[in-house]
Amino acid sequence: MRHLNRSANSLAGRLSRHRRRPVAGALLLLLGLVLTGTLYSAFSPASAGSAENNEELVAEGRQLFLVGCSFCHGQNGEGVGTANGNHYGPALVGVGAAAVDFQVGTGRMPMVQPGQQNPTKPESYTQDEIDALAAYVASLAPGPAVPEEGDFSLAGLTEEERTEAVARGGLIFRTNCTACHNFAGKGGAMPRGGYAANLSDTEARYIYEAMLTGPGNMDNFSDGNLSPEEKRDVIAYLYTLRDQPAYGGFTLGGLGPVSEGLFAWVAGIGVMVGFAIWIAAHTTRSTKQKDGTAA
Amino acid sequence: MSIDTSKVADSNKTAATAKKKLPVGAVAEWADDRLGLATMMKKNLRKVFPDHWSFMLGEVALWSFVVLLLSGVFLTFWYVPSMGEVSYQGSYDPLRGVEMSEAYASSLRLSFDVRGGLLMRQMHHWSAMIFIAAMMIHLLRVYFTGAHRKPRELNWVIGCLLLFLGTLEGFTGYSLPDDLLSGTGIRAADGFMKASPVIGSYMSFFLFGGEFPGDQIIPRLFTVHVLLIPGLLLALISAHMLLLVYHKHTQWPGPGRTEHNVVGYPMLPVYMAKAGGFFFIVFGVTALMGGLLSINPVWLFGPYDPSKVTAGSQPDWYMGWPDGLLRIMPGWESTVFGHPISWNIMIPILIMPPLMLTLLMMLPFLESWITGDKRNHHLLQRPRNAPTRTAVMVALMTFYGLAWAAGGNDLIAITFGLSINQITYFMRVAIFLGPIIAFLITKRWCISLQRKDNETLLHGYETGIIMRSPEGGYSEKHLPVSADRAFTLTARDRDPDVTVVESGTDANGLEPKSNPLEGIRRRLRTTMYADNIQKPTLEELEEGHHHAEHEHELQAAMDGVSADGHQFDGHHLVDDETLRPDH
Amino acid sequence: MSDHLPEKGHSLNGHPAEDEHHGLDPLEPDEPIQNPGLPAHVWRPTDVDPASEKRAERQIAAIFGLSSICAVLFVVAYFTLQTGDTHDTVLDLGASTVALGSSLGFALLLIGIGIIQWARKLMGDHEIVEMRHPARSSDDDREATLGILSQGAEESGVFRRPLVLFSLGGAMTFLLAPAVVLFRDLGPTPSQVEDDQDYPGAGLEHTVWDKGVRVVRDVVGTPIRPSDLEIGDLVNAEPETVFALDDEGEPILEGVPLQIAKSKGAVVLTRMDPKDNTPGKGREDWAVDGILCYSKICTHVGCPISLNERKTQHLLCPCHQSTFDLADSAKVIFGPAARPLPQLPLMVDDEGYLVAQSDFKEPVGPSFWERDNNGSTTE
Repeated sequence: MRHLNRSANSLAGRLSRHRRRPVAGALLLLLGLVLTGTLYSAFSPASAGSAENNEELVAEGRQLFLVGCSFCHGQNGEGVGTANGNHYGPALVGVGAAAVDFQVGTGRMPMVQPGQQNPTKPESYTQDEIDALAAYVASLAPGPAVPEEGDFSLAGLTEEERTEAVARGGLIFRTNCTACHNFAGKGGAMPRGGYAANLSDTEARYIYEAMLTGPGNMDNFSDGNLSPEEKRDVIAYLYTLRDQPAYGGFTLGGLGPVSEGLFAWVAGIGVMVGFAIWIAAHTTRSTKQKDGTAA
Repeated sequence: MSIDTSKVADSNKTAATAKKKLPVGAVAEWADDRLGLATMMKKNLRKVFPDHWSFMLGEVALWSFVVLLLSGVFLTFWYVPSMGEVSYQGSYDPLRGVEMSEAYASSLRLSFDVRGGLLMRQMHHWSAMIFIAAMMIHLLRVYFTGAHRKPRELNWVIGCLLLFLGTLEGFTGYSLPDDLLSGTGIRAADGFMKASPVIGSYMSFFLFGGEFPGDQIIPRLFTVHVLLIPGLLLALISAHMLLLVYHKHTQWPGPGRTEHNVVGYPMLPVYMAKAGGFFFIVFGVTALMGGLLSINPVWLFGPYDPSKVTAGSQPDWYMGWPDGLLRIMPGWESTVFGHPISWNIMIPILIMPPLMLTLLMMLPFLESWITGDKRNHHLLQRPRNAPTRTAVMVALMTFYGLAWAAGGNDLIAITFGLSINQITYFMRVAIFLGPIIAFLITKRWCISLQRKDNETLLHGYETGIIMRSPEGGYSEKHLPVSADRAFTLTARDRDPDVTVVESGTDANGLEPKSNPLEGIRRRLRTTMYADNIQKPTLEELEEGHHHAEHEHELQAAMDGVSADGHQFDGHHLVDDETLRPDH
Repeated sequence: MSDHLPEKGHSLNGHPAEDEHHGLDPLEPDEPIQNPGLPAHVWRPTDVDPASEKRAERQIAAIFGLSSICAVLFVVAYFTLQTGDTHDTVLDLGASTVALGSSLGFALLLIGIGIIQWARKLMGDHEIVEMRHPARSSDDDREATLGILSQGAEESGVFRRPLVLFSLGGAMTFLLAPAVVLFRDLGPTPSQVEDDQDYPGAGLEHTVWDKGVRVVRDVVGTPIRPSDLEIGDLVNAEPETVFALDDEGEPILEGVPLQIAKSKGAVVLTRMDPKDNTPGKGREDWAVDGILCYSKICTHVGCPISLNERKTQHLLCPCHQSTFDLADSAKVIFGPAARPLPQLPLMVDDEGYLVAQSDFKEPVGPSFWERDNNGSTTE
């Protein structure tokens, strides 16, 4: 996990143990601040063409939050409970920017109606607005941050390393993910009307964030469970599945034997029976007689 | 009659011979000198086969079996039936370096490195599915039309065995690639075996050569799939065909058709051509499916690993119904002297399937025991004319269909946005109520159709012409059906009279029941026949015709006009005619 | 057809099958409508019109010709379209399979269609009649055969010599023994495997888990500290034995013992808020800070489970939808499983990694006869 503020300070701490001159302390503090600022601006989530700094972003996010989210999630993201101990919207303290980017970016939030599970739908916010919301929620308490492109891309790896990553990703996928999401990532059923989503069109960033934050009933796959490299490998495998051709012909939905059985009956038996009906049907009849005269 | 009598065979002992002599080749003479084929061919080459599309369903199964043999042999040249561990170095990159069994690696090789290998794999799998589906609809056709009655009961039993063996063959077959999905199925099969009382764990250890998964199961399944079951299938199919040829095919009742003849086309050349052509059609459709529709993409499942699983783990469709029963079964397990009796597995897997198979095989014998009908039957019955039999099979189909659907409950849940828990609860009730409701509805439906047939016979068919009497009443004009159609509608047995007379003997003069089984039989027999509608007697028919003639007299003024209703029976054509002759 | 059932062995109305009506039943007085006989044959256009016939011939020949072209296309596709490392594609489908399948399919289908057209359009389509014979043999044949059989019995004296007959029967029965016994070595018995302990964790009652065996992440094999996990994490894990290497760097478990170890030792590690957990009796110290470990192998028929509902801690098996409550000793709350998932007692070792306190206290996986249902759990 990336704790942006800590890294620069620990650098400054270690250095200061070996320097005793007073101005060195001040210089080092300055160095530390400069380093912090640089690192922050290098690693912060990129918004398209936005020049806002963090404070403005958080403020904008809070405004958006009050309008669109606080009804269920509370004015300070503390959650809104019901009388029997459930809640309308859970507390968002500590869920991190990643959770917000995922939920709002895939359109799951704002939730249109209460129910077992919130489906994806067209986003209600622009990416800038999502970034603002994410910044606000991240400001409530430390939580998982939005991943960078570099976290889940295979750029910089050799061909062989890429192949290894994809193969390992497949192993990890089949160990941790296929039980819910199925072998091709097409999704699966969960109790009481819930479901694991179809991953065929999900962006890499959202897959990463989902693993990291465990949205809804999905488990967490925190970095202590699946390391960032493993997450990257899983995403690489999923993208390979998407890119690879359907070697055997049209895929019938990637749902396994159930759809295959349906096709066997409808296409297979249906066509065979159709031919059988044709074979045994009466052919055209003529009113003429064999010697050429009419009947 | 204007049929060409020169080709009629007077009996089955002499063939319908063509009048001119054919030239005979030297090769044929050489063969006949040693094999004496001419005698057998004389009898059989002009054998008559009746023509109806529903008689070709068994052929779909037969030709699919041939396709299975051909494609299967191809696959055996590359498939390696071994569970030895290898590290994959073939051309499918996402599995490079992954540990897998040789069986799985060879399946990948077939799919990616052998040209036409994936096509053959898919053709083999599609035709397996079609093989079993065809056997099933063939079974339904045979049962619904009463072709399972004497003398064909044995053929029915052979057919049921073929269906059972085909299912086993399919299961062993799709388990051979040792992929994650089919391996999960084998794991479940191991669980089923272990759940058997007393001998369960022994069966499991003997089959797997020790603890699950061992390294013996795939080679052993290979032997079963390639040697044992195909041998049995070939033998049973031959017996099935021989009986069919010996008994001759059944036929639909109709003009010229009786219980003592077969009307149709000769083996040579027409039937051979139609059957042979159909073989190519089945083969061709299977090849098209194998090339265009992806099935069992084993590279996506990955190799079998006992710690991995995929959502949507279902067996192939024909194992769907036991899987469904397994899913909806509540978790009942009792303990007897410390030993578990796993009802939750035994009932759906160890008891129900053998029970259903036995019931299926016993159907013709049950029917003849209940009805007491020991006659030979070569004319088929329309399903509506045996309402109880039809309803029984529809009830069985409903049970099968509900169990089958329950096997896909998780896919139904995600496709339709339902809760799998609710689907399971629903199925637990529906599996009992559904067949009962289906039985009642089907029986009533058949009886209504029988009534409709009788109305057609007595009053004629509806022409669609509405008449208005001078008093203002509306009626529809009926015209009599053709003689051929009328005969076809009446060409069925009258059901025996099952009304019981007070004195103790029923209308057939049978004595009162002597043992409790006989009493049950009588009651069942009554259920079979009591509500059925019989065809009209001669008197009723004549009365009906009398009425019709009376009506026609009144409507005679309309004859010759375009709206006289004769448009559909060819009595007069309507080109260049207007509706009212005056205008 | 009359109402009373005819006696066995006779044809329907007692008359012989053949008669002078070319197969029609003799007139039945009760029948409402008599059999009108075969309808008149109506010719097809190809029978009466030579032009139509020629056209049909050409059409059929064209169909066969098209089929030949498709067969040639198959050969062309086979040699030009690549599979393997450089897999050709068309419309994002595997080109070789699609092309080979389509060309072969049409090559075959068109032959079939051509033959059928030939039969329908050009072959003689007069319906012909063949008489049936009763399935049974004639009475004479039956008598003769019975006579032959009894003659055979007489000549062999089989019924007069019961000693010979029964001793033969006995010998044949005894032959069953070699036939059955030959298959004894299909596999060891469960108790043999238990006793021999040829590999770690052998036998239905054991797994490779033992005191001090670390819980490691599946696939990567790294051990786990409690601090690695957050509330809501579900780790698919294995015993470290599965990934362990010996002094030479070779895996300790390979091949069959490795697969067996995984099939019983696979576990799921889940972290929940300790308040949410209701530990079973005697299991209070089996969890570490809300981290619980259960067998991954379903107690129904053995599928591995990892569908977890994070918020409710319900674990769902994908095979038959058995659902287990991980916060309540993995009791079955829905579905066909009968027994809860076995729980692995956890503790932390000296280096802070999660380890097992011992093997599972009951056999993992599906029920089997020898499993002692009464005394197995610590419930």
